[in-house]
Amino acid sequence: MNHRYIPMTETDRDEMLQTIGITSVDELFADIPEEVRFKGEYKIKKAKSESSLIKELAQLAAKNADARSYASFLGAGVYDHYKPIIVDHVISRSEFYTAYTPYQPEISQGELQAIFEFQTMICELTGMDIANSSMYDGGTALAEAGTLASGHTRRKKLLVSETIHPEARDVVQAYAFGQSIEVVTIPHKNGITDVAALNELIDENTAAVLVQYPNFFGQIEDIEKIGEITHDNGGLFVVSSNPLALGVLTPPGKLGADITVGDAQPFGISESFGGPHCGYFAVNKKLMRKVPGRLIGETTDDEGRRGYVLTLQAREQHIRREKATSNICSNQALNALAASVAMTALGKVGTQEIAYQNIVKTRYAKNEFEKAGLNVKFDGAHFNEIVIDCKMPVKEMNAHLFTKGILGGYDLGLTYPELANHTLIAVTEQRTKEEIDALVQEIDALVQEMEALHA
Amino acid sequence: MHKDNQPLIFENTKEGRIGYSLPELDVPEIDLSELLAEGFVREKVAELPEVSELDIMRHYTALSNRNHGIDSGFYPLGSCTMKYNPKINESVARFPGFANIHPLQDESTVQGALEIMYDLQEHLNEITGMDEVTLQPAAGAHGEWTALMMIRAFHEANGDLERTKVLVPDSAHGTNPASATVAGFDTITVKSNENGLVDIEDLRAKVGPDTAALMLTNPNTLGLFEEDILEMAKIVHGVGGKLYYDGANLNAVMSKVRPGDMGFDAVHLNLHKTFTGPHGGGGPGSGPVGVKKELIPYLPKPVLIKKDNTLTFEYDRPQSIGRVKPFYGNFGIYLRAYTYIRSMGPDGLKAVTEYAVLNANYMMRRLEPYFDLPYSQHCKHEFVLSGRRQKKLGVRTLDMAKRLLDFGYHPPTIYFPLNVEEGMMIEPTETESKETLDDFIEAMIQITKEVEENPEVVQNAPHTTVISRLDETKAARQPVLRYIKK
Repeated sequence: MNHRYIPMTETDRDEMLQTIGITSVDELFADIPEEVRFKGEYKIKKAKSESSLIKELAQLAAKNADARSYASFLGAGVYDHYKPIIVDHVISRSEFYTAYTPYQPEISQGELQAIFEFQTMICELTGMDIANSSMYDGGTALAEAGTLASGHTRRKKLLVSETIHPEARDVVQAYAFGQSIEVVTIPHKNGITDVAALNELIDENTAAVLVQYPNFFGQIEDIEKIGEITHDNGGLFVVSSNPLALGVLTPPGKLGADITVGDAQPFGISESFGGPHCGYFAVNKKLMRKVPGRLIGETTDDEGRRGYVLTLQAREQHIRREKATSNICSNQALNALAASVAMTALGKVGTQEIAYQNIVKTRYAKNEFEKAGLNVKFDGAHFNEIVIDCKMPVKEMNAHLFTKGILGGYDLGLTYPELANHTLIAVTEQRTKEEIDALVQEIDALVQEMEALHA
Repeated sequence: MHKDNQPLIFENTKEGRIGYSLPELDVPEIDLSELLAEGFVREKVAELPEVSELDIMRHYTALSNRNHGIDSGFYPLGSCTMKYNPKINESVARFPGFANIHPLQDESTVQGALEIMYDLQEHLNEITGMDEVTLQPAAGAHGEWTALMMIRAFHEANGDLERTKVLVPDSAHGTNPASATVAGFDTITVKSNENGLVDIEDLRAKVGPDTAALMLTNPNTLGLFEEDILEMAKIVHGVGGKLYYDGANLNAVMSKVRPGDMGFDAVHLNLHKTFTGPHGGGGPGSGPVGVKKELIPYLPKPVLIKKDNTLTFEYDRPQSIGRVKPFYGNFGIYLRAYTYIRSMGPDGLKAVTEYAVLNANYMMRRLEPYFDLPYSQHCKHEFVLSGRRQKKLGVRTLDMAKRLLDFGYHPPTIYFPLNVEEGMMIEPTETESKETLDDFIEAMIQITKEVEENPEVVQNAPHTTVISRLDETKAARQPVLRYIKK
């Protein structure tokens, strides 16, 4: 057959067979036991031409409601943020996206340097000493922080705040189970980690305390205190943090974090139905040799020119095999590049401005909800999310909002039974005043309609 | 600073320059001090670059020019399947209906995405011969660990608590033993025999009532098909263990043999390898796992099911190992793989494997006179040469790899697998032309001549790259892992 991705001609094939000294390609597969050899072709869909496949897939894409056609107030860990146009132009350079892990530094300086810059930017935002070259996502990065802490402290219990993203907590649980680590949830009180409960739960078996900053409800917790309690008990303090919020928030590194993790998706990475995004993993100096995944380091060549290499590889699976600090091999390099470009474009001033816009727009939304008489749950400081009591099933409300061109918030009742009928609304800098006003108005109208019905 | 240094973006920054265009702020401004309590606002701003948009584009263009990808030239990196990355994949992944959808949207608003996931699962079931597939794992190693956790849950559900050992051949990828550790198992190494295949007697001696699973790559990392696979399956299943297939080398056997038919109970695929992910400079990948019926209850949740002709996620899976990743895996990557599979069709995938294997055998036979070839039977998609002969002349495989850079090639994987001295693992893939293979072969032959006649030119290579060999010891002894403003 002829296919545009396969350049060999029949003449080529015949010459090659002759060189090998065989008469048919089948001879190369003769070592596969006859009784299990697959006969014929897979029963899968026939090949499509480029144009008809594009048409089919475009039709499937059109069946999905996207954040360009709807005003999205859905966040909960994945956000519709400003993505500088330049990001796609950089990551579409195929010298980047068609390369693999930079094992040969002489011809991979571009990738290596770009990721060295990524490591630097993550350190700057988080206030940590060292950042790795990326993890799969924020959830697995948090899970690996937990297992690192357990290995480092030789303790077998993790205290995980209930204000951490529920799906990230599930991932922590799955990883912990593999290592026989116990996971205990610290309940939330008024939308933040219950410090009294933490004091009860923490003990000499506690490897780490894990919190999220800003937390899943959008609240900005006083994590410094939690860090102190953790350290007083000899545990490591792990903070999961939205790096975009750190444009204005005091970085976890200044608040006692030993490990800071999170997802760089807010910086230039498409929502893409939940992946691929880009986990980051940052630590203080003493944990440098425990970090999972790849690290890029600076060095020189024999002429004194600066260059970059994969370094401290004795931690990694291809060297240490079963004794490695993690099994991670492929990471999210291209998305780390995307995040670097976005962080560069926003830069020193833009990262502050974008974070400020999120806070102030969310505050505007909060005020408008309150003006309309709706109950905004939890009264602490918030970043770009707030919890609204909508007094009716969120699924129903969202179905209605959808008809008005709005993607409603996350249904908190799905993961917090006590918050049934509460929606988590995210307001990024992308949402206009008109869109926020429309959201408040629609929710208010629905609630009033429902109350009238029950009056 | 050396005059040839490529500046870091931080070294090109100038106060007052910007590279962004944020939406206009259309709500009333409020002073930050009124929004956040004292202590919450950072005192020292993050030192990020201050550059214009053109500065950014020039910077990254310069960096890209210092990087070799498949589009730059031949990339025969063994075990990584560096095949052409079709451009249609990139276009499709950027459709707004795929790129800009949120994972927590109501299912009724993302049926197009779910249809693709479901159809891809069906395709992968057929390709692997398995009963059910999860798309959740983010990469190959993540898939390995996911499958091992399922195997562990299966044994534990059977009250089989003593199965603490995972067997791994000495030629296995490093991720195999590492994944076993992360899943809470001890690793037992199984030796290879003189033909480069698993030593059946050693396997027989090492299995027992404590065997949880055998992890196997087939063909193995030497590019050799484990022809005793049925006997191995019998041995492992005979003691109650499970058989795990590392799908890193699936490009070698598509339409020729399916893991499910060989007796494997679980398999992971590297969609960024066999199914043109792309590789992205190290990721993101996608590592779906396929399993046989017995393991289905343990799949990570949620599981995508069809109910009354509507696709929906099922969360009520009491025996599930839980979640291995937030949301549903690397959608953007497996969407590309799906596009590729649909571009190839059944006859295309068959041709992929046939040419991948033909190309590797052709190269192997043409290079055989010039290098030691430890295992000389027909190979599959890759083969491993040894640089022993050249080492005796004072030139190491590393030197030859560096010399290949001067010819514009990415070198093969070197010093792997560990059971070949001075190994060079070459995987041409099916997307390369005969002319490319011939040119590379000629370069390799020329290098062997240089080793004999002018070894210094090889020992001191590369000579044409933007940088010469870097001091890796210095990098590790005095780690500099970030830029610090001088």
